[in-house]
Amino acid sequence: MSPFLAGITWLLLFQCAGEALARLTGMPVPGPVLGMISLFFALLVRPSFALSLATAADGLARHLSLLFVPAGVGVMLHLHRVADEWMPIAVALLVSTVLALAATAWTFQYLARRIDPADAERTS
Amino acid sequence: MTAEPLFALWVYLAATPLAGLTLTLALYALAWWCYVRTGMHPLANPVLLAVMLIIMVLTLTRTSYQTYFDGAQFVHFLLGPAVVGLAVPLAREWRSVRRLAWPIAVSLLVGSMVALVSAVGIGWLLGATPVTLASLAPKSVTAPIAMGIADKLGGLPALAAVFAVSTGILGAALGKYVLDACRISDWRARGFALGLAAHGIGTARAFQVNADAGAFAGLAFALHAMLAAILFPLGFWLLRAG
Repeated sequence: MSPFLAGITWLLLFQCAGEALARLTGMPVPGPVLGMISLFFALLVRPSFALSLATAADGLARHLSLLFVPAGVGVMLHLHRVADEWMPIAVALLVSTVLALAATAWTFQYLARRIDPADAERTS
Repeated sequence: MTAEPLFALWVYLAATPLAGLTLTLALYALAWWCYVRTGMHPLANPVLLAVMLIIMVLTLTRTSYQTYFDGAQFVHFLLGPAVVGLAVPLAREWRSVRRLAWPIAVSLLVGSMVALVSAVGIGWLLGATPVTLASLAPKSVTAPIAMGIADKLGGLPALAAVFAVSTGILGAALGKYVLDACRISDWRARGFALGLAAHGIGTARAFQVNADAGAFAGLAFALHAMLAAILFPLGFWLLRAG
């Protein structure tokens, strides 16, 4: 089997496992997120498993932005619903996104530098 | 030749999933071309460009979203396995992730709180209605979770999805400028912030820029989804009980 086919089959199997887990436990987490966590633990137990997944997983990650397009189109069709309140919404979204980016990155970098000063400076 | 056979052909093609699928891939290819031509300029975000182009075509041809989605769902479906696959770059970075468990946990909580409190606070100060505020609260979390949370808080799921996707596009487009202004040189910190503040769309941008950033963006995206899915219902339950 080609590496891509084998990889996508494994990804779908883990997604099924994630969906099943979400249903059985009633956890309000999307199946794919649980599938990702299950796959992550599987990879920790058997690191060599990554070889059969890399082609499919990296290929999908490279084109991740394409996969958001259909949902994005659907969402933008609802934009008229916010017409009355567009100003507070636009300001809240813009300022809050900027603040969240800055606060997260600053906290992460500040703490990471205290743990490994040399490693945190790599810019590769 | 009269226009009749051509019109019949158009009706036939527009009614099959082929049209929606082809439209998605072709206009995304065009958006991607623009993105690459501008040197992957963050403001030329391919999701934003492709979505705007597709909405233009759908509006001009009076095609319903349902008809479009009949074809586009094949692309949409791949989001599932793509999210599962984010475990692969994460496992590659596992040594680094384990050493940085403390910065990861703290910046996850700080970022999540800042995103939530600032969005609701600013909306409230500027006079947004309670329904809008409840839909704004989960806007930094991936859309399916944001919709569920907004519903529980008394917001509108459709509105929450609009805010989540808009946040993702905003974060992906502005991330570089904000992070440069804050002098964040660590790629892991840059990626983590993109995944936390702008979920999947921010993660997509991080992967386009740097592999380390992509892995940490995927991590932040998943952790934020987990945190929100567990903490929001818990907080709501406590508010009700209190």
